Amino acid sequence: MFQIRIHGRGGQGVVTAAEMLSVAAFLEGRHAQAFPSFGSERTGAPVVAYCRLDDREIRLREPILEPDALIIQDPTLLHQVDVFSGLKAEGLVLVNTSKSADSLGLAEFALSHPAVRLVMVPGSELALKHVGRPLPNAALLGGFAALSGQISIESVEKAVREKFPAKIAEGNVLAARAAHDHVRSAVGKAAHAQAD
Amino acid sequence: MLKQTEGSHAVAEAVALCRPEVICAYPISPQTHIVEGLGEMVKSGELSPCEFINVESEFAAMSVAIGASAAGARAYTATASQGLLFMAEAVFNASGMGLPIVMTVANRAIGAPINIWNDHTDSMSQRDCGWIQLFAETNQEALDLHIQAFRLAEELSVPVMVCMDGFILTHAYERVDMPTQAQVDAYLPPFEPRQVLDPQEPVSMGAMVGPEAFTEVRYLAHVKQMQALDLIPAWAAEFREAFGRDSGGLIHAYRTEDADTIVVALGSVLGTIKDTVDALRDKGHRFGVLGITCFRPWPTAAIRQALGNAKKVVVLEKAFGVGLGGIVSANVRTSSGSPESVYTVIAGLGGRPITRDSLARIFLEVEAGTAPALTFLDLNRAVVDRALARERATRRSGPIAEALVRDVGLVTAQLR
Repeated sequence: MFQIRIHGRGGQGVVTAAEMLSVAAFLEGRHAQAFPSFGSERTGAPVVAYCRLDDREIRLREPILEPDALIIQDPTLLHQVDVFSGLKAEGLVLVNTSKSADSLGLAEFALSHPAVRLVMVPGSELALKHVGRPLPNAALLGGFAALSGQISIESVEKAVREKFPAKIAEGNVLAARAAHDHVRSAVGKAAHAQAD
Repeated sequence: MLKQTEGSHAVAEAVALCRPEVICAYPISPQTHIVEGLGEMVKSGELSPCEFINVESEFAAMSVAIGASAAGARAYTATASQGLLFMAEAVFNASGMGLPIVMTVANRAIGAPINIWNDHTDSMSQRDCGWIQLFAETNQEALDLHIQAFRLAEELSVPVMVCMDGFILTHAYERVDMPTQAQVDAYLPPFEPRQVLDPQEPVSMGAMVGPEAFTEVRYLAHVKQMQALDLIPAWAAEFREAFGRDSGGLIHAYRTEDADTIVVALGSVLGTIKDTVDALRDKGHRFGVLGITCFRPWPTAAIRQALGNAKKVVVLEKAFGVGLGGIVSANVRTSSGSPESVYTVIAGLGGRPITRDSLARIFLEVEAGTAPALTFLDLNRAVVDRALARERATRRSGPIAEALVRDVGLVTAQLR
């Protein structure tokens, strides 16, 4: 089982992101379970959504306490909520930001978690460019596809088209592709640097 | 057809496939997405003929359902929590008059203190209202139970409540196999009411009945529920034939045959319990799981048989009788050869997560004989003691809920 926890704020499409992720995995014939953190959803309040992927039926209903991957939709949460709680030693972290890990104050975290793969992607910027609004959820799923290899970018695109009306979907698909390319090249560079 | 969708939406689609003629509802979390979905289908004409009636309260919702059902229409509504309490008088009327309404309860806690999260206090408060109560373990079962519920309700002329965990199921996206209209039509015959308001043949429904016949009217309601104990498994078997999967029935047993300890529960927590039990089995602990799908009528014989030779029984429940303890446990004890070996674990109140770690810990304590008869899972004893100390120290100790929220701290900063 592969477990993803998504952190963001009310209004950023956090729950929709988890739902689309589950649809993308379903389209690949996998079992997937997405659910929100069930808080009182208010615009701006911290929101958590979860998604589990597996090749067999998922029976577990507890919140995801030990995620394999984190998607941080809002970097201002990094020092407000314990977003890294329970993250596996070799976990993946995708942060929506145009800044560097160092300038977000993540240098210490990176040092103390050497096996964690921490990747930054400017999801909101890409969404603003392609969708016209800084709603980063679809873009981040594109980035997640590149980072994790758990789902293909094609499935993300199909899920986005299933969830949004055609006009909004197209921009989100472009944002997802752009984020996918961004993360793929960032991961490639990191692997290259490690090899050196 | 397999699809990945939200539980509420799956239920809305399944209800639509049952061809309801009147849907009346008042929105309340976490039921809202179900009736929104149905409202959209009526508006678009996808569900037709059907009248969707927006009402001003839950009391009105059930009253409209009663009127519609009495007029011979297949009637459906959905609610949760305070909404169920607000309609309670009409809920008893629906069963008292024997009107086959189907209602979804998206299970949620009852205030005060106000809490929108999941537990079973709402439907448990209506356990003796004369409705059949079915509990869904998954979204697949939730949608399947609705199809079975209409048939059961109309055959017996008894209303049926389909209970599904609020948020945990209603708001979860997972895979469901949505039947076709032809499949549902073949399984669920058109509504042929036993009683109908008809100007050509006037009848009176809900007439006053004095001491000379009241007991007999109530007894007949009991007889019908006893008949349901035969119909429910028979129709679940028929459902399996027609739809190719196990859904509904009275109970679901899992690894119980050689179990020393059997865990009994209702609803979506069964999945987490099964995962926990599998892990314990791998370490040599012989646990089994008994899911109760049909809570009313209470399937005494089936449960007695399933508990069979188990040395101990743990009942894990998401509601409790204040001043007593477990509600489901009290029922289980009537079906157990040794009531003193039935342990109660109250868990998941007001949406508190029920984790494998906590379950495994209490299950092993029960197995070892160190658990008390009644446990509140993951109870924060320090906070409770502080509240009690405050009451001892000061007469005017203030509202308990407010003080506890302050003691526990900022919840949004916590994940569990």
